[in-house]
Amino acid sequence: MGSAGFTAYRHIVAAQVRGQAQYRASFAIDLVGSVMFGVIDLASVLVLFRVVPALGGFALGEVFLMATLAGVAFALADLAVGNVERLRVYVRSGLLDAVLVRPLGVLTQLTAIDVAPRRVGRVVFGVAVLALAASRAGVAVTPLSLALLLVTPIAGAVIFSGIFVATATVAFWWIESGEIANGLTYGGLNFAQYPITIYGAILRRLFAYAIGFAFVAYYPALALLDRADPLGGPAWLGYAPPAAAALVAGGAALVWRIGVRHYRSTGS
Amino acid sequence: MSVIETRGLRRDFTVRVKAGWLRRRTRVVAAVDGIDLTVERGEMLGYIGPNGAGKSTTLKMLTGVLSPSGGQVRVCGLTPVAQRTRLARRIGVVFGHRSQLWWDLPLAESFALLRHVYGVPAGDHAGRLAYARRMLELDAFLDTPVRQLSLGQRMRGELTAALLHGPEILFLDEPTIGLDVVSKQAVRAFLATLGAAGDTTIVLTTHDLADIERLCRRLIVIDQGRIVHDGSLDELHARYGSRRRLVVDLDEPLAAPLVAPGLTVEAVQADGRRITYALDGAVVTAGDVVRRLTEVAALRDISVLEPDIEDVVARLYTRREGPPPR
Repeated sequence: MGSAGFTAYRHIVAAQVRGQAQYRASFAIDLVGSVMFGVIDLASVLVLFRVVPALGGFALGEVFLMATLAGVAFALADLAVGNVERLRVYVRSGLLDAVLVRPLGVLTQLTAIDVAPRRVGRVVFGVAVLALAASRAGVAVTPLSLALLLVTPIAGAVIFSGIFVATATVAFWWIESGEIANGLTYGGLNFAQYPITIYGAILRRLFAYAIGFAFVAYYPALALLDRADPLGGPAWLGYAPPAAAALVAGGAALVWRIGVRHYRSTGS
Repeated sequence: MSVIETRGLRRDFTVRVKAGWLRRRTRVVAAVDGIDLTVERGEMLGYIGPNGAGKSTTLKMLTGVLSPSGGQVRVCGLTPVAQRTRLARRIGVVFGHRSQLWWDLPLAESFALLRHVYGVPAGDHAGRLAYARRMLELDAFLDTPVRQLSLGQRMRGELTAALLHGPEILFLDEPTIGLDVVSKQAVRAFLATLGAAGDTTIVLTTHDLADIERLCRRLIVIDQGRIVHDGSLDELHARYGSRRRLVVDLDEPLAAPLVAPGLTVEAVQADGRRITYALDGAVVTAGDVVRRLTEVAALRDISVLEPDIEDVVARLYTRREGPPPR
């Protein structure tokens, strides 16, 4: 996105926020609903620990930190690009043609036009709980750990964003693609909330490493907690999320380009 | 300087046909089958054809939405798909079927956003908007969210939206579809004024031939992906022998039929007291016929019917055996 593109993006988002803020009651309810999503995600962790003392070798506080890291990352991604799932509506109705005749990137337009400001609720809630979770889990307050706490959710958000975009792209080939996308995005959130030690080898290889969900919360949480990986991974993996995010983003961008090219060659 | 130039422009689609429980047979269909088109700056071009003739497909290739399967295409000197965003700043597009406006925002706010989307200087934007507000009478609904606008109001909004960045070419895909008579006239009058100014090239697809009669000096008819006519409306009439009609009401039936070169009787009604003649304009005039009729009968009433473009085009559409005779 160039600087002109970003200016346009900013104005579109601002207009969308103004538009939705007109309906105050409805906006407030949406905001509460968005917070509730975050609450339920974390509550499920608490419920689990009522019946088990530890999960995959990790105590409640530690898993709670992973869950909040994943939660904030997901909430940020959902806010930024979650509406890209509406791509299938655009493809089906032919509205994508109208998008293609404007001088902005297709993704820029799709994410800006349907932005859902209510999703801010989940982000704010997640950030607040993250601070609490980090202090309860006994994360040492050092410049490095603070930097890690800041960078990890952003890198995680990029990973989730990549998944949102890549799965939405399926709509270019197959219009009824909603469930696949949800499986990998919401499913990915559920996966990333827990230590990857609880999953079987196949699941772990596929989701944790191949897709990169282990870098959303698990490895950076180990670094924050100053714990060694029970699976024997090297300590630097805790600082790898930005690199993992770059790889996922690159892959998603590639898939997206192929998708747009396919649309233009089929006109489906 | 030509603003649109295509050579052998083609577009194939692969159609999957069910052939058994899971098997699909694929078939390649040419929606646009070799179109050569040169459009000069300031032209107003009507692009018509039956459903599925390839009108929209052509338009999509010219605007960078769809990549061609073959041939060359240059619009404003650019390659549409490869240089999509650069081209988008120099063309305006109105799709009659889909809105370009933000559904939940008031029209005024959509226009303000488009200034940022296209990066238009504030002064230019204000000037063009003021012009459109006056010409299209937008003031009454400028603050209404787009979703609450009537179709006619929305279309006037769409036209404005497509012009705020001062495009060199305006593409209109069925801009009058579904509009009431008053809105149609408003849209046509606006486009006529815009075209008369000569700065904007207008390419229009339509099913409403009145749009063409009112607006376009040049008419392109395509059928099955090929151009079957490229020229003026008059040339179309001349080529397909469409003729003016003279309807006369007489006090008494003619004693003997009127015979003249270029004159044929099309219908005789009301016990022979109403006769419809078809006139070959190159050979005989309505005046000749009327003068000769008054010599032999008492004329009560006459009327002259202009050739009907719908008839011509319908005849063109039904010729399904390739290019017409030259």
